[in-house]
Amino acid sequence: MKAAVLSFPGSNCDEDLLWAVETVCGQAATMVPADHTDLTGYDLVLVPGGFSYGDYLRSGAIAKFAPVMTALQTFAAAGGYVLGICNGFQILTEAGLLPGALQWNRSLQFICEPEPLIVANANTAFSTAYTSGQRIVLPIAHGEGNYYADPDTLATLEANGQVVFRYAHNPNGSANDIAGLTNAQGNVLGMMPHPERAVEALLGGTDGLGVFRSLIEATKGASDRVAN
Amino acid sequence: MLQTEMSPETIRTVKPYLAWGLTEAEYDRYAALLGRLPTYTEIGLASGMWSEHCAYKFSKPVLKTFWTKNDRVLMGPGEGAGVIDIGEGKAVVFKAESHNHPSAVEPYEGAATGVGGIIRDIFSIGAKPIAVLDSLAFGSPQDPRTKQLIDQVVAGIGGYGNAIGIPTVGGEIKFAASYAKNPLVNAMCVGVMDKAKIQKGKAAGVGNALIYVGAKTGRDGINGASFASAEFSDEAEADRSAVQVGDPFMEKLLMDACLEVTRAHQDVLVGMQDMGAAGLVSSTVEMADKSASGMVMDLDLIPQREPNMTPFEIMLSESQERMMLCVQAGSEAEIIALFKRYDLDAVVCGHVEAGHRYRLLHHGEVVCDVPVSALTSDAPVYHQASARPARLAHPAPDFAPRVPNALATLKQLLTDPNVADKAFLYQRYDAQVQTNTVVGPGSDAAVVRVRGTHRALAMTTDSNGRYLYLDPEVGGAITVAEAARNLVASGAEPLGITDCLNYGDPTKPEIFYELAESAKGITAATRVLNTPVISGNVSLYNETNGVAIYPTPMIGMVGLIEDLTTITTQAFKATGEAIYVVGATGDDYNGSLLQQVQTGTVSGSLRPLDLEAEKATQALVLQAIRRHLVTAAHDVADGGLLVALAEMSFGHGIGAQVSVDWPAVRLFSETQGRFVVTVPAAAQAAFEALTEGRAQRLGETADAMLTVYAQDQVIQAPVQALKALNEEALQCQLK
Repeated sequence: MKAAVLSFPGSNCDEDLLWAVETVCGQAATMVPADHTDLTGYDLVLVPGGFSYGDYLRSGAIAKFAPVMTALQTFAAAGGYVLGICNGFQILTEAGLLPGALQWNRSLQFICEPEPLIVANANTAFSTAYTSGQRIVLPIAHGEGNYYADPDTLATLEANGQVVFRYAHNPNGSANDIAGLTNAQGNVLGMMPHPERAVEALLGGTDGLGVFRSLIEATKGASDRVAN
Repeated sequence: MLQTEMSPETIRTVKPYLAWGLTEAEYDRYAALLGRLPTYTEIGLASGMWSEHCAYKFSKPVLKTFWTKNDRVLMGPGEGAGVIDIGEGKAVVFKAESHNHPSAVEPYEGAATGVGGIIRDIFSIGAKPIAVLDSLAFGSPQDPRTKQLIDQVVAGIGGYGNAIGIPTVGGEIKFAASYAKNPLVNAMCVGVMDKAKIQKGKAAGVGNALIYVGAKTGRDGINGASFASAEFSDEAEADRSAVQVGDPFMEKLLMDACLEVTRAHQDVLVGMQDMGAAGLVSSTVEMADKSASGMVMDLDLIPQREPNMTPFEIMLSESQERMMLCVQAGSEAEIIALFKRYDLDAVVCGHVEAGHRYRLLHHGEVVCDVPVSALTSDAPVYHQASARPARLAHPAPDFAPRVPNALATLKQLLTDPNVADKAFLYQRYDAQVQTNTVVGPGSDAAVVRVRGTHRALAMTTDSNGRYLYLDPEVGGAITVAEAARNLVASGAEPLGITDCLNYGDPTKPEIFYELAESAKGITAATRVLNTPVISGNVSLYNETNGVAIYPTPMIGMVGLIEDLTTITTQAFKATGEAIYVVGATGDDYNGSLLQQVQTGTVSGSLRPLDLEAEKATQALVLQAIRRHLVTAAHDVADGGLLVALAEMSFGHGIGAQVSVDWPAVRLFSETQGRFVVTVPAAAQAAFEALTEGRAQRLGETADAMLTVYAQDQVIQAPVQALKALNEEALQCQLK
């Protein structure tokens, strides 16, 4: 698997993602600054957490205008795998790559804690290493993680099986307890919890490895197809 | 607003400097150093540089007594932060700084910029910041002002640390009436670097360029250093313009850019310094002083946020997120290009000159031309009179508490705000970004792995104003010892300390006595425990309407864990493991939390701390942990042994069944130098052989119930019930 980790000014989980993919999972990964305009040749693009451009306006509202986002739209439209985590999820909704929006947490406060999740759909490229209904624990760390979509959109998401992760004890007020979801095509996932923070037992758990293992598996197929 | 500047003669007669904290005698001293009357700008610079915050004019004689060097210290006090060798080619860099005054006035920005400032101190050395800790002290949680202060201070710390991407891994939050109007906000930052890359804040080499980088200079925080060196009163509630505003996004860019300079352009970088207290003047004149250089700057070149700023305002602004670099002549363009890539202002604003003058130009005119030393080494130093406060001369008799219902007392202590669980506050901080946090907030010490090595660093902050109030010297020693105990309990060998010395008005002999005596205690403890003071700061004038806070030295300590498998936490791990207390328990109730809770205050005297016994106990516990004999360890602190046992049971909901051959009251004694540890059955023989009678077996961990048999009482309660009380107490009190 060849992964790109986008890095916007103000991203602060970009190095953590690089560490998780390269050092922990042993895959090729490259940091790609926000002013780059080409993402060809990658199997996966990771959009990291942080406070892109300071996020003083609305999370992700400025990042969506970065040059690399045009390339990301092209990459995603061609079926490339895109995983946005935390601020990355916010950026993907702002860019229209995922439906809905992320509002301030119900408590109006930043929350950092290990959060129990239920795997709602283990049949996506991001979740085959899990089983549906499996309970896992991933850390969350966000102020604006309260997922909102209108009722019709929510109904469509549910009907299509686009909800991949749900909170077991909804910490932020998200609609339908949604912690992570894909687009209709299933190649773009956004999630508020941080799988890259749960890949080493030393740091408290390895439940996040499943996301990366699923993608390694999924992109093996993709690379084979390209090779063929 | 354009200020018309007074002439030197008018300054002499009107004395505007009095309002900036300079005395008439200091004005005369400065004029004598210059050999003429100072200009408006020149006297303004002196008011910043001669403030306690920059010159340490009252505390210097005390600071000189600190023990600052052992064979591991690579750089001691005097630079942005201290540096200690941790092996494998790496060094740890750390420092703490107080932001008490700004936080009292504008708690969100005060706390946020406190964090921002201490982070700059760390990366100015060339180290990547890996963790932040905060030591906070407030008045009673029932006080409406406290509720607002704590909410905003916590929000400010999180707002800055979360955004910049440095984990806030620990700290402490203390409550006592004495902090009601003078809250303490002390922030500590820890960084790691290759030890070959240590950078100093100097400006040497005639013709070398001074490059200003980062945020523009505005009219915020003007003369904040003088503001922080004065007391509050109800009449002059607030001077809001003296508080700065933080921009963590700007600081992240600045940090990444400065670290790239030290990594990739170290060959042309002469020095780098953060602009903290007293802004531009302090950073530049200190750089000149350290290398005995002269310096000239053209203030028209300084990036400015507002029009018509005067030289006084430009030089004394404490706008945040700014750094000063000294770069070899001819290499300016490569450094400026680097900062431009980060979209940051970077301009050459002056250069190093021959001689020893500090010269400033503004609109083509010389507005300052003074010897560098007039602003640095020639600042006054005062040897204050010291007098023992009356309360210490005639201490009250020993407190003899009655504890007829020890379970009720335990519940009282578990719900006291000092012991109450603070997870609901800590969870507003990102404790895990950078993915190295092994142990986050809530255990004895935080533990952060050091990438590229097999090691981890443990870190803690500790303060105990109650003890200091009863005996500054013993209390000072206890604070250092307790910090070391926290590290040892996590499996670390203590390396060194940073401190924030928070006291009242030093010109009062009783306050100076507290400062000097506590320094004696700190020094004695650091020498015995081999933990030199490598950095720190002083915050004086923590008084309102003439009443000072408890003398409160905050000790930030860092320790080294050489084997990641020996990292230990306080939570009981399994049932059926033996519980031991290491260190003897006596009747020590003066200054205890029990006394505070039962009487509403503290009184009496403290027993001297036996430092050699302390050292031996710590060494013993560390040895047991390193031999993998211990599964959980916790130091016995606020509230005594029973509170410690309860805290250990909360982590995994595992209880304990123990018995002591003492009356129940002694379960609340705060005798120093004690740890509780658990030892699995297979390791008990080895543990007892190692400890040779210095550890007393109390009982075993057990299912879900905490049961203690004392001579006169049996205390029994479900762990979950006690845990719920402890978890909910402070949240309820702050509502």
